[in-house]
Amino acid sequence: MASNPHKRDYSITGPENQRAQERGLATAEWYTSPIPRQRLKELMKRKDGPAIRDTFIWFGSLALVGLIAYQTWGTWWAVPAFLVYGILYATPGDSRWHECGHGTAFKTPWMNEVIYQIASFMVLRSATPWRWSHARHHTDTIIVGRDPEIITERPPVWKILLMQIFHLYGGPVELKRVILHVFGRLDKQEREYIPASEYGKTFWEARVYAFVILGVIAACIYTGSILPAMFIFLPSFYGGAVVILFGITQHLGLHEDVLDHRLNTRTVYMNPIFRFLYWNMNYHTEHHMFPMVPYHALPQLHQEMKHDCPAASPSLWAALKEVVAALIKQKDNPAYVIERPLPDTARPYVYGIRQDGDEAAVTNGTAS
Amino acid sequence: MSIAQWVEACAAEEIEVEDVIRFDYGDRTFAIYRTENSKYYASDGYCTHEPVHLADGLVMGDVIECPKHNGRFDIPTGAAKRRPVCIALKTYPVKIEEGKVLIQID
Ligand code: FES
Repeated sequence: MASNPHKRDYSITGPENQRAQERGLATAEWYTSPIPRQRLKELMKRKDGPAIRDTFIWFGSLALVGLIAYQTWGTWWAVPAFLVYGILYATPGDSRWHECGHGTAFKTPWMNEVIYQIASFMVLRSATPWRWSHARHHTDTIIVGRDPEIITERPPVWKILLMQIFHLYGGPVELKRVILHVFGRLDKQEREYIPASEYGKTFWEARVYAFVILGVIAACIYTGSILPAMFIFLPSFYGGAVVILFGITQHLGLHEDVLDHRLNTRTVYMNPIFRFLYWNMNYHTEHHMFPMVPYHALPQLHQEMKHDCPAASPSLWAALKEVVAALIKQKDNPAYVIERPLPDTARPYVYGIRQDGDEAAVTNGTAS
Repeated sequence: MSIAQWVEACAAEEIEVEDVIRFDYGDRTFAIYRTENSKYYASDGYCTHEPVHLADGLVMGDVIECPKHNGRFDIPTGAAKRRPVCIALKTYPVKIEEGKVLIQID
């Protein structure tokens, strides 16, 4: 099969990894917006209250909708009931996985860890490997060959995006990895970012996942029905639509290989229900620039830094339209990116690495 | 073999309770902490996970959280407390004399 010479290799074990390191894009210093230290400290303050409240609301509504879904099983009403259950299972599963993984959602460390482990299973992301994958995503955000969490490459692979509506791309990849982990092995990509000291933990977590999944399968066989799996395990797939809709707004259509989150990350205004489901991750530029600020303080952080950032997308719908239009353009022109003007009050964009006292890096030219 | 020496880092008042500042000495960088109970400590200034300044982090009680990936260290001992940090921080003795923070570096 002839390969396209312009197509980049997005794997983190390929030649782009080396190239990024040579260009100074790996483990580099990133731009941060100027926020007074005192104010930042206030915003970074940890609390248990909001996350405990939100966790009760989440599990409470899951139980309620689950009960309705159970009672409608065998009728057509089960379709919308389980759809709501699945969305409520997977969408907060994704955002709770994320926030608790950062250890910022709760003040109390064990609470973050418990919810992290539960949510990781709910979205079928092996807890320890994904902790390290996400650390790399923060170190090298959308740096080709370095970031393992780039949703799709340029030109986009539509098949992956469409399959992800039901988690049918990432899900099977992850299940394959779980099987490898159960037998004490890792795939090549994981070895890039998981340190050897974490292998044992990875393998034991996979054995717990396998135990739960096999338990659900056994329950299905015992009851002669897929109903048990409709509550645990299958929602990770059938409930995935909102996860991918939120997820593609984070970085797609924007720059690759830059060291300024204002260029590669998007903040989107969302309604309170979406913000609850997403735990304010719609303030994504803010989160990437200051990952120590907990989710409940992100709206305030946004107020502190919006004078230094491009305008936020006005709604989820607007962001999705922008993303899809950019992906369509990138099909023929992979170099296409959305250029977003900064307000007059902002500092200029930082595209590349900073040399000592070098103003050249702080330009409005484009990165290659 | 280098000989340990006491070096003046800053005025004790310069660091707020539950805060951390950066102190550069020669080509080395340290982090000086004042914890919740107003005790002073010092460690290497960079996180052991990646070269990020801990002085940009958050002091919570006796713990410092790194600004990059939220890894945590125990300030008095330097022990790694939360992934992704696995390697302990090197710590240095600290004393307060005449309102100054002195750290002993080797
Ligand atoms: S750089 Fe400190 S936790 Fe990663």
